Amino acid sequence: MTPPAPAPLLRVENLRTYFHTPGGLARAVDGVSFSMARGETVGVVGESGCGKSVTALSLLRLVQPPGRIEEGSRIWFEGRDLMTLAPEEIRQVRGNRIAMVFQEPMTALNPVFTVGDQIAEVARVHDGASRRAAWERAIEMLSLVGIPSPRERASHYPHQLSGGMRQRVLIAMALVMNPALLIADEPTTALDVTIQAQILELLARVQAQFGTAILLITHDLGVVAEAATRVLVMYGGQVVEEAPVRTLFAAPAHPYTRGLMQAMPRVGMARERLVTIPGSVPPPTAWPTGCRFRDRCGSAFDRCAREAPTLVALDAAHAARCHLAEGAASGAPSGAASGVPSGAAPPRTARPL
Amino acid sequence: MNAAPSPAPGTGARPLLEVRDLRTHFVQSRGLFGGGRTVVRAVDGVSFDLWPGETLGIVGESGCGKTTLGRTILRLVEPTSGTIRFDGSDLLALEGRALRAMRRHLQIIFQDPFSSLNPRLTIGATIKEGIVVHRLAEGAEADARVRRLLEEVGLRPEYASRYPHEFSGGQRQRVGIARALAVEPRLIVCDEPVSALDVSVQAQVINLLQDLQRDRGLTYLFIAHDLSVVEHMATRVAVMYLGRIVELATARDLYRHPVMPYTQALLSAVPVPDPTRVRQRIVLAGDVPSPAAPPPGCVFHPRCHHPARDAACERIVPPLEPKGDAHVAACLKQEPTTVSWAAQQQAGATHPPQRYLPVAAIDARGLP
Repeated sequence: MTPPAPAPLLRVENLRTYFHTPGGLARAVDGVSFSMARGETVGVVGESGCGKSVTALSLLRLVQPPGRIEEGSRIWFEGRDLMTLAPEEIRQVRGNRIAMVFQEPMTALNPVFTVGDQIAEVARVHDGASRRAAWERAIEMLSLVGIPSPRERASHYPHQLSGGMRQRVLIAMALVMNPALLIADEPTTALDVTIQAQILELLARVQAQFGTAILLITHDLGVVAEAATRVLVMYGGQVVEEAPVRTLFAAPAHPYTRGLMQAMPRVGMARERLVTIPGSVPPPTAWPTGCRFRDRCGSAFDRCAREAPTLVALDAAHAARCHLAEGAASGAPSGAASGVPSGAAPPRTARPL
Repeated sequence: MNAAPSPAPGTGARPLLEVRDLRTHFVQSRGLFGGGRTVVRAVDGVSFDLWPGETLGIVGESGCGKTTLGRTILRLVEPTSGTIRFDGSDLLALEGRALRAMRRHLQIIFQDPFSSLNPRLTIGATIKEGIVVHRLAEGAEADARVRRLLEEVGLRPEYASRYPHEFSGGQRQRVGIARALAVEPRLIVCDEPVSALDVSVQAQVINLLQDLQRDRGLTYLFIAHDLSVVEHMATRVAVMYLGRIVELATARDLYRHPVMPYTQALLSAVPVPDPTRVRQRIVLAGDVPSPAAPPPGCVFHPRCHHPARDAACERIVPPLEPKGDAHVAACLKQEPTTVSWAAQQQAGATHPPQRYLPVAAIDARGLP
């Protein structure tokens, strides 16, 4: 694990991204706070509609209307608040300091340019490299991400490559400028399991070699267990649990996290009944009052409907957004999980820890 | 291919479905300006038996032919050669009315609950269609059946008058299941039925499928790429690679003693939700070859990690043969094999067969 850095690489405070739709206000991301150290891999897990992908897009300020990052959201990155940057400045950050890899490598690549051209373009735009130097850099990057005969592959078009190869190309493109933070949104979801293994291995190698911090967004708890050092579990546009990966799997504190783990088919329980979470995720235009998970929670009691729980620190690194966690939290050191950074303005609903 | 590679589970007097040497090839024209044609061997010599009441899992990666296999069995795609017998009768000989009548007994649940329902029909009308076409009921009796089916799959009967867009993904998959059940089939091909669903909803649908199987005595052909889901659902599992079955065994045996090196790699690649486990993994080099140009000999040889792999693997097509109790696999180098050492040597073999089971293949899944 990375030793604690004096200042985190990234600190997100009370991020709220709302979509102002004719169907109502969709609070897709609603008060997300967390931080990341340099070189760390943080996993973000949750099901469709939990806000994990919108969180990722918000970090790069790529949210399109009718979506909007609301006033009061703060994204501190390398000492600057990205929310205050001019469009030209944020473009410099994207690709240069923060890069992103998407789920579907075919749609993220331009079908009419060779992969070499597309990687070289990044070097030309961000680095002002000459055409020849940029092309050489592209070949170097392709070789770095483990593409065989990179010089030949550079002049291939995306459709000539397999899904796994395309994802390698996207990772190569993201790494051209040696970014401090790589956001990977479901990078292996569209891939077969043996190819997924290759890509996870590549990401781990890149991180070890360049010290890149990785924000890994996924619905797959298995991927998180293997790749992340720390995990944020999201539900209803909020972080409902935050913990180091081992703590999360050994002692999940939020009923939703426990439900997710029990709902997965596991080895040794073949053909037994799975424990399910009843119902489905409500639409972001209609989060329940109080706790957003209470309709589906087996432990809900009257207070859950009246009062929205805050992220309660269970220890220095573990926090859960649940009234039931409060009992367990008494006696825990305050100052707490990095989702509630000391010195930062406390979230609106904060209670004394 | 030799006869029935069927480790019979001993249920039922005869198989509900018998598939022999099934091939489904697609002819693909190359490019806009002619220039040759290629034959994609999507399913290339598949044989198995499916016994009443069991769930046979079919696993494999994209392009292995598992979806084409399911569709060929339903004759949504016509096979190139081979035989399919359903409850003793030759499915491929049926035409017209007889084929439509037979379809009542074989249904399919698709992966994508968003595109497999007609957006212009209420879900009640969609479910009723099969009931009416097969003359199982009509009028008020048919409507009553629709309501009972909706309840059986965990939906409110009054939802019958709603349209697909009013439902969530999990609910639509329940509608798809009700539609398949409406004609009281005996066999259901489940083609990736839960892979488009979120984990919490996936568990609900898996439980529903198991309840229905128990209550109605259904037989499933369960096609999926998720090995954990298949282990949970299936009594036996077949692993496909490049259009062929390369291993078939009881679920318990396959996951504990995988024989075919491809199965071993596949199992070792599954991410395990346990961060305390130190990962050992067989990472396969490269990609799956194109089914239009499968490698000669053993189709897996270019990516194989078996220590005895040699020139014979490039020349001899390994038969799907018994490797253990109710366990068949296609590998020359895993003992026992019917391909003699003399025959292997003649094909250039330098390494005699040996039993090989890397810890990564089993340790990774945390089995005792």
